[in-house]
Amino acid sequence: MSFKSWINGEEDLLLNNLKTTRREDDHVKPLLTDEEKKSENSKVLNKIYNVEDNRRLKRFDKTYRVVAIVFCVLLAAAMLFTISYLPKVGDPDTPANSSVVSERYIESGLQETGATNIVTGMILTYRAFDTFGETNVLFIATVCVMVLLMLDEKILEKLDKTSDRIYEPDYDPILTLAAKVLCPIILLFGIYIVLNGQLSPGGGFSGGAILGAAMILYNAAMGFGKTQRFFNENIYKVAKITALCMYGLIGTYFYITGANGIDNMIPLGTVGAILSGGIILPIDIAVGIEVACTMYAFYALFRRGGL
Amino acid sequence: MDFVRNLPAISILACMFAAIISSGLPRRAARFLNYVLIAAVGGMSLMCLAYVMNIQGSVVYVMGKFPAPWGNEIRFGVLECLMALFFSVVMFLAVLGGRHKMRDEVAKGKEFLYYVLIDLLFSSLLALVYTNDIFTAYVFVEINTIAAAGLIVIRENGRTIEAGVRYMVMSLMGSGLLLAGIMIMYDVTGHLLMSNIKEAVDQIISSGEYYIPVIVAIALMTTGLCIKSALFPFHSWLPDAYGYSTVSSAAVLSSLVSKGYIFLLIKLFYRVVGFEVISNSHILRIMFVFGLIAMISGSVSAIKQSDIRRMIAFSSVAQIGYIYMGFGMGTEAGMIASIYHIMSHAATKSMLFISAIGLTDVSRGSRDFKDLTGAALRNKVAGVGFLVGSLSMVGIPLFSGFISKLQFMNAAVDLSLQKMLPSLIVLGISTILNAVYFMKTVIRIYTPVTKVEGGMEELTVMEGERIGINGVVHEEDRITFRKQILYGTVIILFILLNIILGVFSNEIITMIRMGLEMFA
Repeated sequence: MSFKSWINGEEDLLLNNLKTTRREDDHVKPLLTDEEKKSENSKVLNKIYNVEDNRRLKRFDKTYRVVAIVFCVLLAAAMLFTISYLPKVGDPDTPANSSVVSERYIESGLQETGATNIVTGMILTYRAFDTFGETNVLFIATVCVMVLLMLDEKILEKLDKTSDRIYEPDYDPILTLAAKVLCPIILLFGIYIVLNGQLSPGGGFSGGAILGAAMILYNAAMGFGKTQRFFNENIYKVAKITALCMYGLIGTYFYITGANGIDNMIPLGTVGAILSGGIILPIDIAVGIEVACTMYAFYALFRRGGL
Repeated sequence: MDFVRNLPAISILACMFAAIISSGLPRRAARFLNYVLIAAVGGMSLMCLAYVMNIQGSVVYVMGKFPAPWGNEIRFGVLECLMALFFSVVMFLAVLGGRHKMRDEVAKGKEFLYYVLIDLLFSSLLALVYTNDIFTAYVFVEINTIAAAGLIVIRENGRTIEAGVRYMVMSLMGSGLLLAGIMIMYDVTGHLLMSNIKEAVDQIISSGEYYIPVIVAIALMTTGLCIKSALFPFHSWLPDAYGYSTVSSAAVLSSLVSKGYIFLLIKLFYRVVGFEVISNSHILRIMFVFGLIAMISGSVSAIKQSDIRRMIAFSSVAQIGYIYMGFGMGTEAGMIASIYHIMSHAATKSMLFISAIGLTDVSRGSRDFKDLTGAALRNKVAGVGFLVGSLSMVGIPLFSGFISKLQFMNAAVDLSLQKMLPSLIVLGISTILNAVYFMKTVIRIYTPVTKVEGGMEELTVMEGERIGINGVVHEEDRITFRKQILYGTVIILFILLNIILGVFSNEIITMIRMGLEMFA
């Protein structure tokens, strides 16, 4: 017998000479019939899910609670103990407040980033890579929610009209009117926050959350039919991918040119104007779109299982 | 500046771009992009490795215009590039090896999401390997955690959802502790960049001010990463998460995700705190003890299992125990042994998971030991893969597992008596326990079975002879190499990888030693 045929599984060292014969006095156990299997199964299931009479489970439950409480108390005590050794809050001489890092952020942040809002300048220019990672956290969170909750459009179409996912109530006139008045204002405010990230408190993350909230309000008042006219799955995909790619491209350009000592071509602009802050403004817009999409996608996925 | 220096940054960013673009692509295109990406990152890591071997030093790369400590920074030396290269190889094989099961395991219309998750997971692993900034590390730990949970739950059945939730809770606990540690560290040092923190910590240790917060911060960060990498008392999430997820996920989670966290921990020890500070504190001793307990208890739990994938998963607990025992030794030799074991375990465990799926496929999908009898005769490639994996785990020469055991023994001999005796004894016991459950499985899968005609009953040939039945194995249950060329090739490549790790161990250990020297 050749090695090759053994590798291919055509012949077998041990088995190829064996043949099947049956003897009259067969000792083989009779197989269970389907009904017997079912009753066995239900017996086992009853035993497993009978929580009240399960002493082991009860004991576990009690110990678990006690151990959890003890653990939490110990952890809290350890933390409080540590806090008493930490530098005082607000003391100008603490290591964090007096280090070269915060000094440069405060003293030359304005010249280097062109942003009057130091926080935005810091997270989007000095530590742009971290923030790109953080935006990707939002992105991957939506992906995970999609994994769990997204339903195929075909399944959604087949669902009964009274199903929780499809059912659209008769909309309350007060809610509808309020949404009609409020949504444009909230959207405008969100856009303002996004665009003024480099000038005043706000920026992509907070502005995007406001935009998302406006869309959720509109959806809750008008229903999916009307929302899908301007925001459906395709538009969502295009918006999300464009925003993230835009951020990624700007970021990559910034990292690579910076690291190689090449001056980047993005002007910082005049301090205080809307078009200032170099890479901050486009990144803020990208982050704003991504956050708004994420907020709305969470709502839509939990409510309907699709956008 | 040489162009090669840009490659680590480019490889991290390329993974993120691939993930973003994949979210809008159809299934096949996303899959193709994923393969190309992993291969490209492997190539780039190889180039970086050659470069740093050539210049004999590590390279600091500033992400953006502003130098550290104001901006982000990545840093790579021999060890980082070696790990990145190795992670790419294992990731590539793991993803390819589980490809044929994808249709059964992932719901239709969600396959592209699987590749998005894999891409992002890969980017976070690379970032954990390359980063020199402790907060960047935290951000990517977050991505890693969420992506891993997604990879568990994507096979939607009750068991994986429960496992995913449990993983999420435990892992978030770990992230929280890590974040608390980072905050305390920032509060007392004023830096987030690893090298700067180390200078500040050295000052604190010599002056004595803020000594307690520093130690607490180290303890919190270490505990957080231990929870995330499933060290013994925190391993309860592991068996379900590895045992019921899709086969690629199991291979990736066991061999790469936990190793990413362990690598971050090594980085914390060497680059943030300094190894002398760590080895003088009690943290390493605690780690040592828990490592030893994990080695025994993981193996004992594995022996009790009757489900092959859960058995392999529990074996991971024991192997993670080995790694932490090596840390706990507190010597350079122990550290080198641990790092070698990270590689050896990653290569072996993913091979075991992938061969196990081949064995269960020819046993009507059952993972129970009883049904697996003779599975290796029905699917020979998978059987050989499992055999090699088991031999490597037990520590037979020629395979990588032997070298790591040898390294651990060598490292243990140089220790003080109180540490030497327990580590040698436990290593011995653990090897025997490993042999018990792996050889038990190997013998079972190589025991020929007889199928009784007309029934589903299976008997081993010996039982059949005793009661006078001769039978044949039905042809339709067999899978030949020709029917699974991709899968078979992956298994053969895994075997080769294992043998390469075993045969060229001297070179690899020299590289690890060199990497550790330029690491701090």
